[in-house]
Amino acid sequence: MLDTLVIPLLKIVVLLNAILISVTFMVLMERKVIAWAQSRLGPMRVGPYGVLQAIVDPIKLILKEDITPVKADKMLFSLAPILSLVPALVAFAVVPFGGDELFYVADINVGLLFFLSVTSIGVYGIILAGWASNSKYPLLASLRASAQLISYEIAVTMTLVSVILTSGTLSMVGIVEAQLADGVWYGFIQPVAFVLVMIGALAETNRVPFDLPEAETELTGGFHTEYSGMRFSLFFLAEYANIIVISAVTALLFFGGWLRPFPNVEALAFLDIIPGWIWLFGKIFLFLYLFMWIRATLPRYRYDQLMRIGWKLLIPIALANIVVTGIVKVLV
Amino acid sequence: METFEQYVPILLFVLVATGFALFTLIVSALVSSSKYNKVKLEPYECGIEPETDARDRYSVRYYLIAMLFVIFDVETVFMFPWAVIMDELALFGLIEMLVFIFILVLGYVYAWRKGALEWV
Repeated sequence: MLDTLVIPLLKIVVLLNAILISVTFMVLMERKVIAWAQSRLGPMRVGPYGVLQAIVDPIKLILKEDITPVKADKMLFSLAPILSLVPALVAFAVVPFGGDELFYVADINVGLLFFLSVTSIGVYGIILAGWASNSKYPLLASLRASAQLISYEIAVTMTLVSVILTSGTLSMVGIVEAQLADGVWYGFIQPVAFVLVMIGALAETNRVPFDLPEAETELTGGFHTEYSGMRFSLFFLAEYANIIVISAVTALLFFGGWLRPFPNVEALAFLDIIPGWIWLFGKIFLFLYLFMWIRATLPRYRYDQLMRIGWKLLIPIALANIVVTGIVKVLV
Repeated sequence: METFEQYVPILLFVLVATGFALFTLIVSALVSSSKYNKVKLEPYECGIEPETDARDRYSVRYYLIAMLFVIFDVETVFMFPWAVIMDELALFGLIEMLVFIFILVLGYVYAWRKGALEWV
Protein backbone atom coordinates (compact mmCIF):
# COMPACT_ATOMS: atom_id res chain seq x y z
CA MET A 1 0.00 0.00 0.00
CA LEU A 2 2.68 2.45 1.06
CA ASP A 3 5.01 1.47 -1.74
CA THR A 4 2.43 1.24 -4.50
CA LEU A 5 0.28 4.26 -3.75
CA VAL A 6 1.50 6.73 -1.13
CA ILE A 7 5.13 7.15 -2.19
CA PRO A 8 4.33 7.50 -5.93
CA LEU A 9 1.58 9.96 -5.05
CA LEU A 10 4.02 12.07 -3.02
CA LYS A 11 6.51 12.00 -5.89
CA ILE A 12 3.79 13.02 -8.35
CA VAL A 13 2.65 15.95 -6.22
CA VAL A 14 6.22 17.20 -5.78
CA LEU A 15 6.93 16.79 -9.49
CA LEU A 16 3.68 18.53 -10.49
CA ASN A 17 4.49 21.49 -8.27
CA ALA A 18 8.02 21.62 -9.65
CA ILE A 19 6.65 21.66 -13.22
CA LEU A 20 4.16 24.44 -12.47
CA ILE A 21 6.72 26.63 -10.74
CA SER A 22 9.23 25.98 -13.53
CA VAL A 23 6.66 27.04 -16.12
CA THR A 24 5.88 30.33 -14.41
CA PHE A 25 9.55 31.19 -14.04
CA MET A 26 10.27 29.97 -17.56
CA VAL A 27 7.78 32.51 -18.92
CA LEU A 28 9.64 35.22 -17.02
CA MET A 29 12.98 33.89 -18.25
CA GLU A 30 11.74 33.86 -21.83
CA ARG A 31 10.56 37.46 -21.59
CA LYS A 32 13.89 38.47 -20.08
CA VAL A 33 16.02 36.58 -22.63
CA ILE A 34 14.09 37.99 -25.58
CA ALA A 35 14.17 41.46 -24.07
CA TRP A 36 17.95 41.31 -23.65
CA ALA A 37 18.32 39.99 -27.19
CA GLN A 38 16.45 43.09 -28.36
CA SER A 39 18.36 45.51 -26.08
CA ARG A 40 15.38 45.96 -23.77
CA LEU A 41 15.10 45.35 -20.04
CA GLY A 42 11.99 43.18 -19.99
CA PRO A 43 9.72 43.09 -16.93
CA MET A 44 11.18 45.31 -14.19
CA ARG A 45 8.23 46.61 -12.16
CA VAL A 46 7.08 43.70 -9.98
CA GLY A 47 9.75 42.89 -7.41
CA PRO A 48 13.51 43.18 -7.96
CA TYR A 49 14.25 42.86 -11.69
CA GLY A 50 10.64 41.76 -12.20
CA VAL A 51 11.19 38.40 -10.49
CA LEU A 52 7.78 38.45 -8.82
CA GLN A 53 6.14 38.69 -12.24
CA ALA A 54 6.27 34.89 -12.25
CA ILE A 55 3.99 34.80 -9.21
CA VAL A 56 1.69 37.65 -10.21
CA ASP A 57 0.93 36.34 -13.71
CA PRO A 58 -0.81 33.09 -12.66
CA ILE A 59 -2.90 35.00 -10.07
CA LYS A 60 -3.96 37.43 -12.78
CA LEU A 61 -4.89 34.56 -15.13
CA ILE A 62 -7.05 32.87 -12.47
CA LEU A 63 -8.95 36.12 -11.85
CA LYS A 64 -9.56 36.77 -15.56
CA GLU A 65 -12.96 36.40 -17.16
CA ASP A 66 -13.47 33.07 -18.94
CA ILE A 67 -15.58 33.44 -22.08
CA THR A 68 -17.37 30.67 -23.95
CA PRO A 69 -18.48 31.99 -27.36
CA VAL A 70 -22.16 31.44 -28.16
CA LYS A 71 -21.45 29.38 -31.25
CA ALA A 72 -18.92 27.13 -29.52
CA ASP A 73 -19.50 23.48 -28.71
CA LYS A 74 -19.63 23.90 -24.92
CA MET A 75 -18.52 20.40 -23.87
CA LEU A 76 -15.60 20.08 -26.29
CA PHE A 77 -14.61 23.69 -25.69
CA SER A 78 -13.94 22.88 -22.03
CA LEU A 79 -12.52 19.44 -22.72
CA ALA A 80 -9.86 20.62 -25.21
CA PRO A 81 -7.55 22.45 -22.76
CA ILE A 82 -7.68 19.52 -20.32
CA LEU A 83 -6.89 17.09 -23.12
CA SER A 84 -3.97 19.29 -24.08
CA LEU A 85 -2.54 19.70 -20.59
CA VAL A 86 -2.88 16.19 -19.12
CA PRO A 87 -0.63 14.42 -21.69
CA ALA A 88 1.98 17.16 -21.37
CA LEU A 89 2.12 16.58 -17.61
CA VAL A 90 1.83 12.77 -17.72
CA ALA A 91 4.84 12.61 -20.06
CA PHE A 92 6.94 13.58 -17.02
CA ALA A 93 6.03 10.25 -15.39
CA VAL A 94 8.68 8.42 -17.40
CA VAL A 95 11.36 11.12 -17.16
CA PRO A 96 13.99 10.03 -14.64
CA PHE A 97 15.89 12.78 -12.84
CA GLY A 98 18.47 10.32 -11.55
CA GLY A 99 19.37 6.64 -11.58
CA ASP A 100 17.94 5.96 -8.13
CA GLU A 101 14.29 4.96 -7.71
CA LEU A 102 13.75 8.13 -5.68
CA PHE A 103 14.17 10.28 -8.77
CA TYR A 104 11.52 8.91 -11.12
CA VAL A 105 7.80 8.18 -10.93
CA ALA A 106 7.90 5.10 -13.16
CA ASP A 107 10.64 3.33 -15.10
CA ILE A 108 8.71 1.20 -17.57
CA ASN A 109 10.51 -0.95 -20.13
CA VAL A 110 8.83 0.93 -23.01
CA GLY A 111 9.54 4.39 -21.57
CA LEU A 112 10.51 6.14 -24.80
CA LEU A 113 7.55 4.68 -26.71
CA PHE A 114 5.24 5.74 -23.88
CA PHE A 115 6.67 9.24 -24.05
CA LEU A 116 6.07 9.46 -27.82
CA SER A 117 2.53 8.10 -27.55
CA VAL A 118 1.47 10.29 -24.65
CA THR A 119 2.85 13.51 -26.12
CA SER A 120 1.04 12.86 -29.41
CA ILE A 121 -2.33 12.73 -27.60
CA GLY A 122 -1.91 16.50 -27.20
CA VAL A 123 -2.80 16.89 -30.89
CA TYR A 124 -6.40 15.96 -30.04
CA GLY A 125 -6.57 18.91 -27.67
CA ILE A 126 -5.49 21.25 -30.46
CA ILE A 127 -7.89 19.81 -33.05
CA LEU A 128 -10.80 19.87 -30.62
CA ALA A 129 -9.99 23.44 -29.58
CA GLY A 130 -10.14 24.61 -33.19
CA TRP A 131 -13.25 22.63 -34.00
CA ALA A 132 -15.17 23.46 -30.81
CA SER A 133 -14.48 27.21 -31.13
CA ASN A 134 -16.54 27.32 -34.33
CA SER A 135 -14.59 30.34 -35.48
CA LYS A 136 -12.49 30.68 -38.63
CA TYR A 137 -9.04 31.50 -37.31
CA PRO A 138 -8.93 28.78 -34.65
CA LEU A 139 -10.18 26.17 -37.12
CA LEU A 140 -7.55 27.05 -39.72
CA ALA A 141 -4.84 27.21 -37.09
CA SER A 142 -5.77 23.86 -35.57
CA LEU A 143 -5.69 22.21 -39.01
CA ARG A 144 -2.27 23.67 -39.62
CA ALA A 145 -1.04 22.74 -36.18
CA SER A 146 -2.17 19.14 -36.39
CA ALA A 147 -0.72 18.68 -39.90
CA GLN A 148 2.57 20.12 -38.67
CA LEU A 149 2.66 18.03 -35.51
CA ILE A 150 1.97 14.72 -37.21
CA SER A 151 4.43 15.46 -40.04
CA TYR A 152 7.31 16.10 -37.67
CA GLU A 153 6.30 13.27 -35.41
CA ILE A 154 7.20 10.78 -38.14
CA ALA A 155 10.66 12.29 -38.49
CA VAL A 156 11.24 12.32 -34.72
CA THR A 157 9.98 8.75 -34.25
CA MET A 158 12.18 7.49 -37.07
CA THR A 159 15.19 9.33 -35.67
CA LEU A 160 14.67 7.81 -32.25
CA VAL A 161 14.85 4.33 -33.79
CA SER A 162 18.54 4.90 -34.45
CA VAL A 163 19.04 6.00 -30.84
CA ILE A 164 17.34 2.81 -29.64
CA LEU A 165 19.58 0.82 -31.98
CA THR A 166 22.57 2.30 -30.19
CA SER A 167 21.22 1.80 -26.67
CA GLY A 168 19.36 -1.49 -27.17
CA THR A 169 16.62 -0.50 -24.71
CA LEU A 170 13.52 1.70 -24.57
CA SER A 171 13.71 2.37 -20.83
CA MET A 172 14.79 5.94 -20.06
CA VAL A 173 16.96 4.85 -17.15
CA GLY A 174 18.32 2.06 -19.35
CA ILE A 175 19.31 4.50 -22.09
CA VAL A 176 21.32 6.65 -19.69
CA GLU A 177 22.92 3.54 -18.15
CA ALA A 178 23.83 2.37 -21.66
CA GLN A 179 25.58 5.70 -22.20
CA LEU A 180 27.51 5.12 -18.97
CA ALA A 181 28.43 1.60 -20.12
CA ASP A 182 29.52 2.86 -23.54
CA GLY A 183 31.40 5.68 -21.82
CA VAL A 184 30.10 8.36 -24.17
CA TRP A 185 27.06 10.61 -24.56
CA TYR A 186 24.96 9.54 -27.52
CA GLY A 187 25.05 13.09 -28.86
CA PHE A 188 28.61 12.26 -29.97
CA ILE A 189 27.74 8.88 -31.55
CA GLN A 190 24.49 10.13 -33.11
CA PRO A 191 25.09 13.80 -34.01
CA VAL A 192 22.72 13.60 -37.00
CA ALA A 193 19.96 12.16 -34.82
CA PHE A 194 20.55 14.89 -32.26
CA VAL A 195 20.14 17.67 -34.84
CA LEU A 196 17.02 16.00 -36.28
CA VAL A 197 15.45 15.63 -32.84
CA MET A 198 16.22 19.26 -32.00
CA ILE A 199 14.51 20.44 -35.22
CA GLY A 200 11.63 18.08 -34.53
CA ALA A 201 11.36 19.33 -30.95
CA LEU A 202 11.06 22.92 -32.16
CA ALA A 203 8.30 21.90 -34.57
CA GLU A 204 6.49 19.65 -32.08
CA THR A 205 6.30 22.44 -29.50
CA ASN A 206 5.20 25.05 -32.08
CA ARG A 207 8.24 27.19 -31.46
CA VAL A 208 9.98 29.66 -33.73
CA PRO A 209 10.92 29.06 -36.57
CA PHE A 210 8.02 26.58 -36.80
CA ASP A 211 5.38 28.57 -34.91
CA LEU A 212 2.97 28.57 -37.87
CA PRO A 213 0.00 27.51 -35.68
CA GLU A 214 0.41 30.79 -33.82
CA ALA A 215 1.46 33.00 -36.71
CA GLU A 216 -0.24 36.08 -35.31
CA THR A 217 0.04 38.10 -38.51
CA GLU A 218 -2.06 35.50 -40.34
CA LEU A 219 -4.13 33.73 -37.71
CA THR A 220 -4.43 36.23 -34.82
CA GLY A 221 -4.06 33.98 -31.76
CA GLY A 222 -3.83 30.58 -33.42
CA PHE A 223 -6.00 27.70 -32.26
CA HIS A 224 -6.73 29.34 -28.89
CA THR A 225 -7.99 32.64 -30.29
CA GLU A 226 -11.39 32.13 -28.65
CA TYR A 227 -9.95 31.03 -25.32
CA SER A 228 -9.54 33.32 -22.36
CA GLY A 229 -8.95 33.13 -18.65
CA MET A 230 -8.07 29.81 -17.06
CA ARG A 231 -8.79 27.65 -20.09
CA PHE A 232 -6.30 29.72 -22.08
CA SER A 233 -3.82 29.32 -19.22
CA LEU A 234 -4.13 25.54 -19.42
CA PHE A 235 -3.09 25.65 -23.10
CA PHE A 236 -0.23 27.93 -22.19
CA LEU A 237 0.83 25.63 -19.38
CA ALA A 238 0.66 22.62 -21.70
CA GLU A 239 2.85 24.33 -24.27
CA TYR A 240 5.57 25.20 -21.77
CA ALA A 241 5.36 21.85 -19.99
CA ASN A 242 5.91 20.26 -23.40
CA ILE A 243 9.01 22.37 -23.97
CA ILE A 244 10.43 21.35 -20.58
CA VAL A 245 9.71 17.65 -21.07
CA ILE A 246 11.19 17.62 -24.58
CA SER A 247 14.30 19.39 -23.29
CA ALA A 248 14.56 16.82 -20.52
CA VAL A 249 14.21 13.89 -22.91
CA THR A 250 16.76 15.36 -25.33
CA ALA A 251 19.17 15.79 -22.41
CA LEU A 252 18.57 12.18 -21.34
CA LEU A 253 18.94 10.66 -24.80
CA PHE A 254 21.82 12.68 -26.19
CA PHE A 255 23.55 14.47 -23.33
CA GLY A 256 23.88 11.65 -20.85
CA GLY A 257 21.09 12.69 -18.50
CA TRP A 258 22.52 12.79 -15.00
CA LEU A 259 26.01 11.67 -16.11
CA ARG A 260 28.94 14.06 -15.92
CA PRO A 261 30.73 15.04 -19.13
CA PHE A 262 33.04 12.29 -20.44
CA PRO A 263 31.81 9.60 -17.99
CA ASN A 264 34.65 7.28 -19.03
CA VAL A 265 37.54 9.69 -18.34
CA GLU A 266 38.93 8.93 -14.87
CA ALA A 267 40.73 12.28 -14.64
CA LEU A 268 37.39 14.06 -14.49
CA ALA A 269 36.08 11.91 -11.60
CA PHE A 270 36.23 14.93 -9.26
CA LEU A 271 33.16 16.24 -11.13
CA ASP A 272 31.13 13.48 -9.45
CA ILE A 273 30.94 15.72 -6.37
CA ILE A 274 28.12 17.52 -8.15
CA PRO A 275 24.97 15.35 -7.80
CA GLY A 276 23.47 13.84 -10.93
CA TRP A 277 20.21 15.75 -10.83
CA ILE A 278 22.10 19.06 -10.89
CA TRP A 279 23.86 17.94 -14.07
CA LEU A 280 20.50 17.04 -15.58
CA PHE A 281 18.86 20.31 -14.51
CA GLY A 282 21.80 22.21 -15.96
CA LYS A 283 21.38 20.42 -19.28
CA ILE A 284 17.62 21.01 -19.32
CA PHE A 285 18.24 24.67 -18.56
CA LEU A 286 20.70 24.91 -21.45
CA PHE A 287 18.13 23.45 -23.84
CA LEU A 288 15.43 25.81 -22.57
CA TYR A 289 17.81 28.70 -23.13
CA LEU A 290 18.55 27.37 -26.64
CA PHE A 291 14.81 27.34 -27.42
CA MET A 292 14.52 31.00 -26.33
CA TRP A 293 17.70 32.01 -28.12
CA ILE A 294 16.36 30.50 -31.36
CA ARG A 295 13.06 32.31 -30.85
CA ALA A 296 14.86 35.62 -30.46
CA THR A 297 17.04 35.02 -33.51
CA LEU A 298 15.21 33.31 -36.35
CA PRO A 299 12.30 34.39 -38.58
CA ARG A 300 9.33 32.13 -39.27
CA TYR A 301 9.15 29.59 -42.10
CA ARG A 302 6.41 29.69 -44.73
CA TYR A 303 3.95 26.81 -44.45
CA ASP A 304 4.99 25.06 -47.65
CA GLN A 305 8.64 25.33 -46.60
CA LEU A 306 7.76 23.80 -43.24
CA MET A 307 6.03 20.82 -44.84
CA ARG A 308 8.86 20.41 -47.35
CA ILE A 309 11.48 20.28 -44.58
CA GLY A 310 9.45 17.75 -42.63
CA TRP A 311 8.57 15.38 -45.45
CA LYS A 312 11.35 15.76 -48.00
CA LEU A 313 14.39 16.48 -45.85
CA LEU A 314 14.03 15.10 -42.33
CA ILE A 315 12.39 11.75 -43.22
CA PRO A 316 15.04 10.67 -45.81
CA ILE A 317 17.86 11.70 -43.47
CA ALA A 318 16.24 9.85 -40.56
CA LEU A 319 15.82 6.69 -42.68
CA ALA A 320 19.41 6.89 -43.91
CA ASN A 321 20.53 7.33 -40.31
CA ILE A 322 18.72 4.13 -39.28
CA VAL A 323 20.32 2.17 -42.13
CA VAL A 324 23.82 3.48 -41.40
CA THR A 325 23.45 2.85 -37.66
CA GLY A 326 22.19 -0.69 -38.27
CA ILE A 327 25.00 -1.55 -40.68
CA VAL A 328 27.69 -0.06 -38.43
CA LYS A 329 26.28 -1.93 -35.43
CA VAL A 330 26.38 -5.31 -37.20
CA LEU A 331 29.76 -4.87 -38.86
CA VAL A 332 31.70 -3.23 -36.03
CA MET B 1 1.95 -8.75 -12.66
CA GLU B 2 5.39 -7.29 -12.05
CA THR B 3 5.23 -5.17 -15.20
CA PHE B 4 1.62 -4.18 -14.66
CA GLU B 5 2.40 -2.68 -11.27
CA GLN B 6 4.86 -0.29 -12.90
CA TYR B 7 1.93 1.41 -14.58
CA VAL B 8 0.08 2.17 -11.34
CA PRO B 9 2.08 5.39 -10.72
CA ILE B 10 1.34 6.49 -14.30
CA LEU B 11 -2.37 5.94 -13.77
CA LEU B 12 -2.08 7.95 -10.55
CA PHE B 13 -0.32 10.69 -12.50
CA VAL B 14 -3.16 10.82 -15.05
CA LEU B 15 -5.69 11.16 -12.22
CA VAL B 16 -3.69 13.84 -10.40
CA ALA B 17 -3.09 15.83 -13.60
CA THR B 18 -6.77 15.68 -14.59
CA GLY B 19 -7.74 16.61 -11.04
CA PHE B 20 -5.39 19.57 -11.15
CA ALA B 21 -6.85 20.79 -14.46
CA LEU B 22 -10.43 20.49 -13.19
CA PHE B 23 -9.52 22.07 -9.85
CA THR B 24 -7.99 25.17 -11.45
CA LEU B 25 -10.97 25.54 -13.79
CA ILE B 26 -13.42 25.34 -10.89
CA VAL B 27 -11.43 27.73 -8.66
CA SER B 28 -11.12 30.16 -11.54
CA ALA B 29 -14.84 29.94 -12.27
CA LEU B 30 -15.56 30.80 -8.64
CA VAL B 31 -13.24 33.80 -8.29
CA SER B 32 -13.15 35.30 -11.78
CA SER B 33 -15.27 38.23 -12.83
CA SER B 34 -17.95 37.80 -15.48
CA LYS B 35 -19.68 40.61 -17.33
CA TYR B 36 -21.14 39.20 -20.50
CA ASN B 37 -22.77 40.97 -23.36
CA LYS B 38 -23.90 39.77 -26.76
CA VAL B 39 -20.97 41.18 -28.77
CA LYS B 40 -18.36 39.74 -26.43
CA LEU B 41 -19.66 36.22 -27.00
CA GLU B 42 -19.55 36.46 -30.81
CA PRO B 43 -16.84 34.44 -32.60
CA TYR B 44 -13.73 36.56 -33.08
CA GLU B 45 -13.26 37.84 -36.62
CA CYS B 46 -11.15 40.97 -36.20
CA GLY B 47 -14.15 43.17 -35.44
CA ILE B 48 -16.25 42.13 -38.42
CA GLU B 49 -19.53 40.34 -37.81
CA PRO B 50 -19.25 36.72 -38.99
CA GLU B 51 -21.26 36.26 -42.17
CA THR B 52 -20.79 32.53 -42.77
CA ASP B 53 -20.28 29.48 -40.62
CA ALA B 54 -16.70 28.67 -39.72
CA ARG B 55 -17.01 24.97 -40.52
CA ASP B 56 -16.57 25.35 -44.25
CA ARG B 57 -14.69 23.21 -46.75
CA TYR B 58 -10.93 23.16 -46.31
CA SER B 59 -7.95 21.95 -48.31
CA VAL B 60 -7.88 18.21 -49.03
CA ARG B 61 -4.11 18.34 -48.41
CA TYR B 62 -4.68 18.06 -44.66
CA TYR B 63 -6.54 14.81 -45.18
CA LEU B 64 -3.75 13.49 -47.38
CA ILE B 65 -1.12 14.38 -44.78
CA ALA B 66 -3.15 12.57 -42.11
CA MET B 67 -3.34 9.41 -44.24
CA LEU B 68 0.38 9.49 -45.00
CA PHE B 69 1.04 9.96 -41.29
CA VAL B 70 -0.91 6.84 -40.36
CA ILE B 71 0.97 4.76 -42.95
CA PHE B 72 4.45 6.01 -42.10
CA ASP B 73 3.99 6.06 -38.34
CA VAL B 74 2.72 2.49 -38.22
CA GLU B 75 5.68 1.41 -40.34
CA THR B 76 8.06 3.25 -38.03
CA VAL B 77 6.58 1.56 -34.97
CA PHE B 78 7.47 -1.80 -36.59
CA MET B 79 11.12 -0.80 -36.33
CA PHE B 80 11.01 -0.33 -32.54
CA PRO B 81 11.03 -4.02 -31.54
CA TRP B 82 13.73 -4.72 -34.10
CA ALA B 83 15.90 -1.90 -32.78
CA VAL B 84 15.63 -3.20 -29.19
CA ILE B 85 16.74 -6.77 -29.94
CA MET B 86 19.13 -5.90 -32.76
CA ASP B 87 22.02 -7.48 -30.83
CA GLU B 88 20.41 -10.93 -30.85
CA LEU B 89 19.18 -10.81 -34.44
CA ALA B 90 22.52 -9.54 -35.79
CA LEU B 91 23.02 -9.91 -39.56
CA PHE B 92 19.72 -11.74 -40.20
CA GLY B 93 17.73 -8.96 -38.55
CA LEU B 94 19.65 -6.30 -40.41
CA ILE B 95 18.95 -7.83 -43.83
CA GLU B 96 15.28 -8.32 -42.98
CA MET B 97 15.03 -4.71 -41.87
CA LEU B 98 16.84 -3.44 -44.95
CA VAL B 99 14.23 -5.23 -47.08
CA PHE B 100 11.49 -3.63 -44.98
CA ILE B 101 13.02 -0.16 -45.28
CA PHE B 102 13.46 -0.70 -49.04
CA ILE B 103 9.73 -1.37 -49.40
CA LEU B 104 8.98 1.65 -47.21
CA VAL B 105 11.22 3.82 -49.39
CA LEU B 106 9.42 2.53 -52.51
CA GLY B 107 6.12 3.77 -51.06
CA TYR B 108 7.76 7.03 -50.05
CA VAL B 109 9.19 7.60 -53.56
CA TYR B 110 5.78 6.77 -55.04
CA ALA B 111 4.08 9.35 -52.78
CA TRP B 112 6.75 11.88 -53.69
CA ARG B 113 6.43 11.24 -57.46
CA LYS B 114 2.63 11.47 -57.26
CA GLY B 115 3.01 14.89 -55.67
CA ALA B 116 1.46 13.92 -52.35
CA LEU B 117 4.25 15.68 -50.49
CA GLU B 118 3.90 18.97 -52.40
CA TRP B 119 2.04 21.60 -50.46
CA VAL B 120 1.24 24.14 -53.17
